[in-house]
Amino acid sequence: MQSQATYNYKVVRQFAVMTVIWGIVGMLVGVIIAAQLVWPELNVHEFLSYGRLRPLHTNAVIFAFGGCALFATSYYAVQRTSHAPLFAPGLAAFTFWGWQLIIVLAALSLPLGFTSGKEYAELEWPIDILITLVWVSYAVVFFGTIIKRTVSHIYVANWFFGGFILTVAVLHLVNSAAVPVMAAGILTPKSYSAYAGVQDAMIQWWYGHNAVGFFLTAGFLGMMYYFVPKQAGRPVYSYRLSVVHFWALIFTYMWAGPHHLHYTALPDWTQSVGMIFSLILLAPSWGGMINGIMTLSGAWHKLRDDPILKFMITSLSFYGMSTFEGPMMSIKTVNALSHYTDWTVGHVHSGALGWVAMISIGSIYYLLPRLFGKPEMASKKLIEVHFWIATIGVVLYIASMWIAGVMQGLMWRATNVDGTLTYSFVESVKATYPFWTIRLLGGLLFLSGMLIMAYNMFLTMAGGKAVNAPVLAPAAAH
Amino acid sequence: MSDFVSGFWNIYVVGIVLVSIIGCGVFLWSQSSARHVEGETTGHVWDEDLQEFSNPLPSWWRWLFYITIVFSLFYLAMYPGLGTYKGQFGWSSAGQYDGEMKKADDQYGPIFKKYQQQDIMTVAANSEAKEMGQRLFLTYCSQCHGSDAKGARGFPNLTDSDWLFGGTPAQIKESIAKGRDAMMPAKGVKPDLNGDQIKDLASYVRSLSGLSTDSIRAQRGKELFAPACAACHGPDGKGMVGVAPNLTDKVWLYSSAEETIIETITKGRANRMPAFGEFLGDAKVHLLTAYVYGLGGGVKDAPAPVPVAAAPATAAAPEAAVAEKK
Repeated sequence: MQSQATYNYKVVRQFAVMTVIWGIVGMLVGVIIAAQLVWPELNVHEFLSYGRLRPLHTNAVIFAFGGCALFATSYYAVQRTSHAPLFAPGLAAFTFWGWQLIIVLAALSLPLGFTSGKEYAELEWPIDILITLVWVSYAVVFFGTIIKRTVSHIYVANWFFGGFILTVAVLHLVNSAAVPVMAAGILTPKSYSAYAGVQDAMIQWWYGHNAVGFFLTAGFLGMMYYFVPKQAGRPVYSYRLSVVHFWALIFTYMWAGPHHLHYTALPDWTQSVGMIFSLILLAPSWGGMINGIMTLSGAWHKLRDDPILKFMITSLSFYGMSTFEGPMMSIKTVNALSHYTDWTVGHVHSGALGWVAMISIGSIYYLLPRLFGKPEMASKKLIEVHFWIATIGVVLYIASMWIAGVMQGLMWRATNVDGTLTYSFVESVKATYPFWTIRLLGGLLFLSGMLIMAYNMFLTMAGGKAVNAPVLAPAAAH
Repeated sequence: MSDFVSGFWNIYVVGIVLVSIIGCGVFLWSQSSARHVEGETTGHVWDEDLQEFSNPLPSWWRWLFYITIVFSLFYLAMYPGLGTYKGQFGWSSAGQYDGEMKKADDQYGPIFKKYQQQDIMTVAANSEAKEMGQRLFLTYCSQCHGSDAKGARGFPNLTDSDWLFGGTPAQIKESIAKGRDAMMPAKGVKPDLNGDQIKDLASYVRSLSGLSTDSIRAQRGKELFAPACAACHGPDGKGMVGVAPNLTDKVWLYSSAEETIIETITKGRANRMPAFGEFLGDAKVHLLTAYVYGLGGGVKDAPAPVPVAAAPATAAAPEAAVAEKK
């Protein structure tokens, strides 16, 4: 009976293709704002000014690129590891079209100036409601598929995807709670946060850090746990490690938000608690890196000629680096130097480009041929080229931002013998120009890699046809 | 001051933080002792070939985890974190700030004190003081007035001899220490001005600076100027220090373009220089005053009657502006 049923690849295909498209759009906006920092005269119109495009960039890369990648990979992995097709395919289709609508609305409303002013949650209330509807549908499809599974155990990737889906729902609902100004209407929306003062700041960074922790970490760890063992052809290194680091990760991330508010009006005790849980978070974060990288042990030779695996292992290395850097930056003394500088920007991009984008790219390269009935991507060589361009891009990006950030931090605190500041703010801006230029180059390289990926994707699609693989019976061991 | 509205929240925070941290350690310990068969899989298979080894937790990783937990407990004993408990080191961010400020005052105070005791004109002539003043200016003033102090649209040029609130040492110091509020009401004191009349007035205002304009409109504008504007800008448009700017000196805070002048008359203007006295303290304000005075436009304190006449007008200006706003 089951041999006739097929997995629902249609929605996976749609999300996978849009991952590449939105990746290009989001990174292009990133390159534009990076160029605006080097040449401020590029702020040609208010719609295209830095202040409007910056939230568009962050929303596009996190929720459009990252979001589509998570939808595609979680829908793919949950079906295959549950040995059951997606639950509620109509609802799954709704999540695709609804999510695309949200992205288009974001791309229109943010440049036009509609914003709730909350970082990574700028979209106004009508879009927030739409996000809630899509997200609840996503949860129904995902957990419905888990319930329908024909194997007794739930695979580790699904724990992470499930944790990410549940938590993001809570984060979105709590942080976006706002009082709409009804007089402004639904087409030109305006709202005020339900929270005020330091409580608003705390809620915002509880959300902000968990957006990193769950959207950009737990979700992508789910991706890692499916695609790395698949591509490496090896069992996951340690089941026990995945259990411990999963529970420890989702538990401690929840506490880490206050490290974004060191030396502010937030009470000292809250700052301390945020800091120590950020430190405790180091080991749970590294658990994922160890489990991913050690999965390859015994198959290191595959790295030589498998560019997809290169993407995955490099992404895990960047994950390890940025999750070491994060706890260090959460220490008050380090934060006093790093906060408000480009070091933070470098840290974020070592996570966003190095970890999130690279694991997504690797996973999408794994998916595309399988979704379009091909044995492999049209050009393996172009994947290799993409890998090297992207890696050089990330390294240029984060190295320049590290240097720029430490330099800014030191310049801002330098004093003369009379106690006056050695440098005015604008002098630190001037000194940063060369590093912003290098960063722009790094970003351009990373974007070029995405264009190569799109070309390779269309070549693969042109020679293939959309397929849905038959649902597999669970292994005999069960 | 406590952050908590009742003692319950203190107990709640202490309890949940300690249980959470210690719970992480207990969880880790319980999982470390689980049965493992190194190199064998758990026996579960998904999607053809997905399996998991039954390897134990890497011991270096386990120790890393324990160390962060022990460090956290130590940190909470030493620093504020457990509710209202202040920590053994007695550290607080406010205390750290006060300590650093005091240290800086002790170290740098005497350098500033030396100049604080001299009068502004003496300080302005001292090259070392000028350098210190410039550094202060670049830190606190350049954002609005520019690194060269030549101002920008809406922010006055400090290097010329045109002063909205007076250029004597005392007046400059008051501007810096107490700030200034300036407000021009929409349509001056003649709220029934119509669009055409505003255009006439704008033509007249431009003509005062010798700018090209429609002479018939300017003529009509001149008649409107007396009832609408002269109360503050004076019958000849030369303004009054601390009350309204001189319109005849070719210095424009918001540009001399006709549409800008029309906008100013139609909507009025509100502007503010923030007060720095409390933030910087008198010694730094004193040095800044000397620096601004020495930029080229400083006005010497003239002997006898003149400053007496100027001072009340200046002093009255901010209050007048505030009163008008209300």
